[in-house]
Amino acid sequence: MSDVLLVMEEIDKSFPGVRALDQARFELRAGEVHALIGENGAGKSTLMKVLAGVYSKDGGRIIYQGKEVDIPNPRVAQDLGISMIHQELNLMPHLTLAQNVFVGREPRQGVRFMLDEKQLNAQTQALFDSMRLRLDPRTRVANLTVATQQMVEIAKALSFNSKILIMDEPTAALTEAEIEELFRIIRELRAKGVGIVYISHRLEELKQISDRITVMRDGRYVGTEDAAAIPIERIISMMVGRTIYESAPEVPEHPSEEIVLEARNLNRGNVIRDVSFKLKKGEILGFAGLMGAGRTEVARAVFGADPLDSGEIYVHGKKANIKHPRDAVRYGIGYLSEDRKRYGLAVGLDVEANIVLAAFEKFLGKLGVVNSNKTRETGKYYVETLAIKTPSIQQRVKNLSGGNQQKVVIGKWLTADTDVLIFDEPTRGIDVGAKSEIYHLLNQLTQEGKSIIMISSELPEILRMSHRIMVMCEGRITGELTAAEATQERIMTYATQRRVLMAENGASGDPGVQEV
Amino acid sequence: MTTTENTTTTTPAKRSIFRSEAAQKLLAFGALIVIFVFFSLASPFFLTKDNVIGILLATAVNGVLALGVTFVIITAGIDLSVGTVMTLAAMTTAVSIAVWHLPIPLGILVGLLTGMLAGAINGVVIARMKIPPFVATLGMMMIARGLALVIPAAIFGSVRPVYFSDSPLFGQIMMGSVIGALIPNLPVPNAVLILFGAALVAAFLLAKTVFGRYTVAIGSNEEATRLSGINVANWKTMVYAVGGLFSGLAGVMIASRLNSAQPGLGAGYELDAIAAVVIGGTSLSGGEGTILGTLIGAFIISTLTNGLRILGVPQEWQFVITGVIVILAVYLDILRRRAR
Ligand SMILES: Nc1ncnc2c1ncn2[C@@H]1O[C@H](COP(=O)(O)OP(=O)(O)OP(=O)(O)O)[C@@H](O)[C@H]1O
Ligand SMILES: [Mg+2]
Repeated sequence: MSDVLLVMEEIDKSFPGVRALDQARFELRAGEVHALIGENGAGKSTLMKVLAGVYSKDGGRIIYQGKEVDIPNPRVAQDLGISMIHQELNLMPHLTLAQNVFVGREPRQGVRFMLDEKQLNAQTQALFDSMRLRLDPRTRVANLTVATQQMVEIAKALSFNSKILIMDEPTAALTEAEIEELFRIIRELRAKGVGIVYISHRLEELKQISDRITVMRDGRYVGTEDAAAIPIERIISMMVGRTIYESAPEVPEHPSEEIVLEARNLNRGNVIRDVSFKLKKGEILGFAGLMGAGRTEVARAVFGADPLDSGEIYVHGKKANIKHPRDAVRYGIGYLSEDRKRYGLAVGLDVEANIVLAAFEKFLGKLGVVNSNKTRETGKYYVETLAIKTPSIQQRVKNLSGGNQQKVVIGKWLTADTDVLIFDEPTRGIDVGAKSEIYHLLNQLTQEGKSIIMISSELPEILRMSHRIMVMCEGRITGELTAAEATQERIMTYATQRRVLMAENGASGDPGVQEV
Repeated sequence: MTTTENTTTTTPAKRSIFRSEAAQKLLAFGALIVIFVFFSLASPFFLTKDNVIGILLATAVNGVLALGVTFVIITAGIDLSVGTVMTLAAMTTAVSIAVWHLPIPLGILVGLLTGMLAGAINGVVIARMKIPPFVATLGMMMIARGLALVIPAAIFGSVRPVYFSDSPLFGQIMMGSVIGALIPNLPVPNAVLILFGAALVAAFLLAKTVFGRYTVAIGSNEEATRLSGINVANWKTMVYAVGGLFSGLAGVMIASRLNSAQPGLGAGYELDAIAAVVIGGTSLSGGEGTILGTLIGAFIISTLTNGLRILGVPQEWQFVITGVIVILAVYLDILRRRAR
């Protein structure tokens, strides 16, 4: 029986209008991986932020290594040996990887205030090597994708050599292989006696990696179970307080043959290479591939967010001139970004404002004045339909839990009345219940005649939802599969079809990546 | 499928010459050269030794102010008080030396500390009381302007300039020429040396010290910096204090240059300083900026003013043209960013 490292008891935390934690409890042993799960907004991140010194608790006790402790700020948490990887990326884009990893703990040169950049880079390189990450410590974070940034955050958290490591949805942006690598690291740490808190919505992962599971609901403690013993269905019903029947994977009905969107020979540097595809009316077209395959880049280019070097886009058979997202919206194309904080939401505004933002003209009255009754109704409607957990539609989006923010983005594009919707990782960070709601919603949208491009790194999701699947690798389309033909193996084969010869003469232009 | 393959796969981004950090400096530097060549061709009086030295001298005070503002703007803040704090520092220095007859070095120290104190107060108001930088420094701008008037009024019974009549040495700080003493043909005033010296110190602070690192970190992502366990409030206060210190130095410089402290002077200097910083490629949204860029920005402004004056362009139009240049410079910067 391993010893108890941490006990959190009767923790209360309220935000204006929200009781985020209500007598919450949590216990962690040394050398265990303890999964913390619950629906979006259940209070997982809040509980862990209390532990990491980000929020101060309103009530309750934290007993760490047998002593009651007070953790007023992140510095104190670090000094106690508690570090946290936050759900939302928290890096400084203008600094290099090394500068980010060791920010606050920079090696000094002789005098106290002088930085030792060489030593800093060397330490970071050593850290990356130990994680088998092939990144150049001197790259600026701004040049990296979300997935790579996530790995850097993990590296940063590891560099503290903490006794408690909290990971808030670390795998949300990672590929299978990266997840494997992360699990290897987690197991190593566990063997060294580190206590690990692991928050995730990917229930399949839990059995693989965790020893115990604690479930939270509505800010309250529901129960703690041995991961090995408990069946997934039981976990789910603990989470939602009812039983959800996962509807059987449905291959939706065949769409019409009418083509709403066509891309011909799109090119952009070496990230998009000669990409062509057609999207039919009422179809869900899945885009599969590994992280960095160029799927997001294609979506952004079609949406006018990035310029193309060459290629043409046709909307309803007519050549479309899309230079800017505004043009795309005019052509009826909506894009739900994978990085919602950066591109998808005005986080300082409230839920209602975000939902109506992309379709503001719809809510203008005769004199150009906003019809606030209408915006309020629309806001309320989507909060209900999408089951967005928020105290009111006046809540600022930045105060919502991660999963609920994602739902707000979806609501926004649904309001905008687009007929082509590009969903980039639509269910990332979303709990099981909400996930099946979103799937249901996607199917409903296609039945209404809308067409959907769905980029997803989760193969089961791609397989379950798509009529057709385009597979990308290194900026190219390497395969097209119908729903009937598609299997995980087939997709993976295409997704790893690298052009070896091309790769040799420096196919990757990312400055942060050393070619293997 | 191996792990390494995957963890390294990141999106290749388009590289362009516009994107590199050096390019911004090149861009501003290029602009400076173009302006120089233009005026040299337009007027035979422009590219003369005396005139170039004049430009260097004219840059000194604004340049030093801009150095301080650079740090503040990199944190995504703003400092509107640098101009009047400069005047206040000039006033305290003048009172110390000319009225209280303190030794010159001590008087200089009083000026520097005045600036630093004003900056530190800005910092506390912004970082602790959470007043937005624009408002906090606007307030300080008015306070400092008022104090610069109150001090002579309290001492002499009326608002009037304070002259350094008994300490002729004080004027030599700016207008004497150490270089000229060594190389007789090159009477570059000390003011220029002070500017470059201050720039070296600033560049060192920004690039090589913990202070500079956190300045950039705060501007890049304040929340992330806080979550990394850094005491953001303290470092921000330091940033404004350092900004104030540079204003204090500028105050000593302008007092020496004018051989007096002029209580009414100073308003408007902050705008020139901010313009220099912005032309130099420092982003108002924080996280980015260089000292070299600011220096070049300051030179662009003073070269323009000088050249236009030589061409006989009326002062009213000089303002208009400088304004257009500021907007153009920032627009170029935006284009550069978009080229990513
Ligand atoms: N800073 C804040 N201000 C106001 N409300 C907040 C704040 N942070 C969280 N909340 C609210 O507290 C509740 C719990 O949020 P929390 O982020 O802990 O959920 P979570 O379990 O991590 O959910 P998810 O799985 O979606 O990340 C939510 O209702 C959320 O809206
Ligand atoms: Mg969360």
